[in-house]
Amino acid sequence: MAEPAVDVVIVGFGWTGAIMAEALTAAGLSVLAFERGGWRTAPNDFALTFDQDELRYMWRHHLFQNVAHTTLTFRNKPDQLALPMRRLGSFLPGAGVGGGGVHWNGQVWRFLPSDFKARSHNIERYGAGVVNSSDMTVQDYPVTYEELEPHYDRFDKLCGVSGKAGNLGGNIVAGGNVFEGPRSHEYPNPPLTMTYGPSLFAKAAADVGYHPFPHPAANMSRPYTNPLGVQLGQCTYCGFCEKFGCGNDSKSSPQTTILPVLMPRPNFTLRTYCEVMKVELTRDGKHATGVSFIDENGATLFQPANMVILSAFMLENVRLMLLSGIGPPYDPKTGTGTVGKNYSYQITSSVNVFYDDKITNPFIGAGALGMIIDDFNGDNFDHTGLGFIGGGYLGALNTGARPIETHPVPDKTPKWGAEFKRAVASNYLKNVPIVTHGAVMSHRNNYVDLDPTWRDRLGRPMLRMTFDFTDNEHRMSDYLTGKAAEIGRAMGGREIRINKRTGDYDISPYQTTHTTGGAIMGADPKSSAINRYLQSWDVPNVFVAGANAFPQNAGYNPMGTVAALSYLSVDAIVNRYVKSPGPLVDA
Amino acid sequence: MGRGLTRRFALRMGGALAALAWLMPARALAETIRQRLPWGAGQSDRPDRIDDRPGYIFLTSSEAAFVEAAVARLIPSDATGPGAIEAEVPRFIDRQLAGPYGAGDHFYLQTPFSKGLPTQGWQMPAPAVVYRAAILAIDQWATATYGRPFAALDPATQDQALKALEDGKAELGSTSAKAFFALLLQNTLEGYFADPIYGGNRDLSVWRMIGFPGARYDLRPYVTRFGEPYALSPVGISGRPEWRRQG
Repeated sequence: MAEPAVDVVIVGFGWTGAIMAEALTAAGLSVLAFERGGWRTAPNDFALTFDQDELRYMWRHHLFQNVAHTTLTFRNKPDQLALPMRRLGSFLPGAGVGGGGVHWNGQVWRFLPSDFKARSHNIERYGAGVVNSSDMTVQDYPVTYEELEPHYDRFDKLCGVSGKAGNLGGNIVAGGNVFEGPRSHEYPNPPLTMTYGPSLFAKAAADVGYHPFPHPAANMSRPYTNPLGVQLGQCTYCGFCEKFGCGNDSKSSPQTTILPVLMPRPNFTLRTYCEVMKVELTRDGKHATGVSFIDENGATLFQPANMVILSAFMLENVRLMLLSGIGPPYDPKTGTGTVGKNYSYQITSSVNVFYDDKITNPFIGAGALGMIIDDFNGDNFDHTGLGFIGGGYLGALNTGARPIETHPVPDKTPKWGAEFKRAVASNYLKNVPIVTHGAVMSHRNNYVDLDPTWRDRLGRPMLRMTFDFTDNEHRMSDYLTGKAAEIGRAMGGREIRINKRTGDYDISPYQTTHTTGGAIMGADPKSSAINRYLQSWDVPNVFVAGANAFPQNAGYNPMGTVAALSYLSVDAIVNRYVKSPGPLVDA
Repeated sequence: MGRGLTRRFALRMGGALAALAWLMPARALAETIRQRLPWGAGQSDRPDRIDDRPGYIFLTSSEAAFVEAAVARLIPSDATGPGAIEAEVPRFIDRQLAGPYGAGDHFYLQTPFSKGLPTQGWQMPAPAVVYRAAILAIDQWATATYGRPFAALDPATQDQALKALEDGKAELGSTSAKAFFALLLQNTLEGYFADPIYGGNRDLSVWRMIGFPGARYDLRPYVTRFGEPYALSPVGISGRPEWRRQG
């Protein structure tokens, strides 16, 4: 059975789906968005009277993807047997309207200009061996920082990002990130008011000779009205941001920046609790006719559309491409094929600084509240002789010290018993956490494909993730951790604790939700799944928006770049594709 | 029926039924939303209150004896502050196992199970099933090794036994000692540090001990008061113990 046709179907209604839908409906197109979860709004789903509930939202996954419904299989190496991820842990994808944009921290970064040329830039500076060894499959983006800058700026303004520019039109500004690419404008809001711990970090980092600056935050430092006319309230530093919805409308999300304007438009429809099964193609496989989906009665229906946008988070985007036969699947043995290629992640570590005499009140927090140094991100430092490429930021962040998750104790403290309890009680208020947040390059044997055995509740193959950290990542992370320890020692505490990331990638402990790649963008259909406008090389009326587009990961939170790429794409759809449907880049 | 009510109804259904409800696409909740911003009066998705009656719901008396004895060693009672027993962690664990978490509402539980690599994470049935099997196996192992079930051992031997579980040195048959210990410790920390609405952290005593102010909506006054302790008593989602009517 077929539904009435629409111009555009959007699969997945988080940040990218909402950004795309707003721009497409503003241009007069009829848009229908499918969301496998339900409607979500602060007063109903995470109101101030019950939002600050660590057990329910973090540990019982109330706003996250439920693996009982949708999961994947995982292994470290291609010669191992992949098993289902039976409990969420390492990464926490969203579910429901707003997606991960409801429970993110609001860390809004731009990649460095050199991050977009990760292959050519590193070869030029360090020689060909640096990326040609050890099956490193790093590629350049088909877009430059300069091309994305206006779109980064647009997302900053949509979100009302609180921060301080370090490079305004090429002029370096002290107090901001002096390593960043040139910005056309200052941040729309001033930085958040800084808490004690990050202030101690910033002073020590500057004393050591580095360049601290406030973390750019989609948490409002003051009341803000965005360009769509949507209003956000001032952040109250309650410390329940990351992994929680904001009951105060002071963290940017689709709900707090776009939906009040988008939802009333007559050319927009949202269907919740509908799961898209696959993109339907014409017999020759070169054109999408729409999507098949399961509706509330369990019936499979067909929704015709002129264009399909996949924006269901990178994992589900890639799976839908593989299930639908959009693009050639990647084969790690031959290195051919593109869909599933260059799955990547990030590598994190931390250092705790403990004081006897300083009450730092680490529970005062906001998602992206903290002081950062970027001296060791990307290629901001000389990698000669270090044995790795890439880098990351490090800094002291006060995202809120919810006590089930956060009860740091000094090194060698037992994990339980009287000594553990004493250590928690005496250190909880007197510590500063320093985190490192590092890039992961792409490697031949890190990829996703369809699992040959495990199927989901609707009978479709699960996505199979094959991923491990390589020597490049461990060397880089150890280097960053060493720098964090150096600053930690300079902070004048009683002692520090160093928490390195060691060994194989483990899918259990929470690390970051920055999973990337699998349907990467590029200049050549032989080595990429989508072009610079996120358009499938193989099925030109399918666009795939999300961090799946990253050829490799950078040392920054991905949302700023995901949003900028989405704006670049939707501008091209509205200004060019609609007038003349077909490939926007000649293969 | 509002979607909030529907969801809470689904949550209230016990064990297997709840797990089944979660596996089905939530059909009754699906909506086609046009030209409006949905908001439902009186439909806020509040947390459910736990069953407040005394006694255990899920744990049998021998299981309860194990849990009480084990958590008393994981977080003992002493002068530092409340132990897991005073914080009522066993009641928290019981109510969790009796509810949707125990049934594994957010776990992928399709068979077959295989052991897997340590990096592949949880490869076990639902938490309630794991507790039931593990406690039985631990008491058998403790009896074989130390001559008595766990709860009847002296505290020093209990610590030794817990260490053997933690290190995976206790042989529990099909149950992984290491994985169960990690689960027990995690649930103990959850009950100890969570909001009291879930049955542990009795009277916010644990938050008081560490200095966590709890569900405070606005911490702006303290952002720049460097080094100053937060002056107010902690508060939970359902208020403070002082607010309870006496008698």
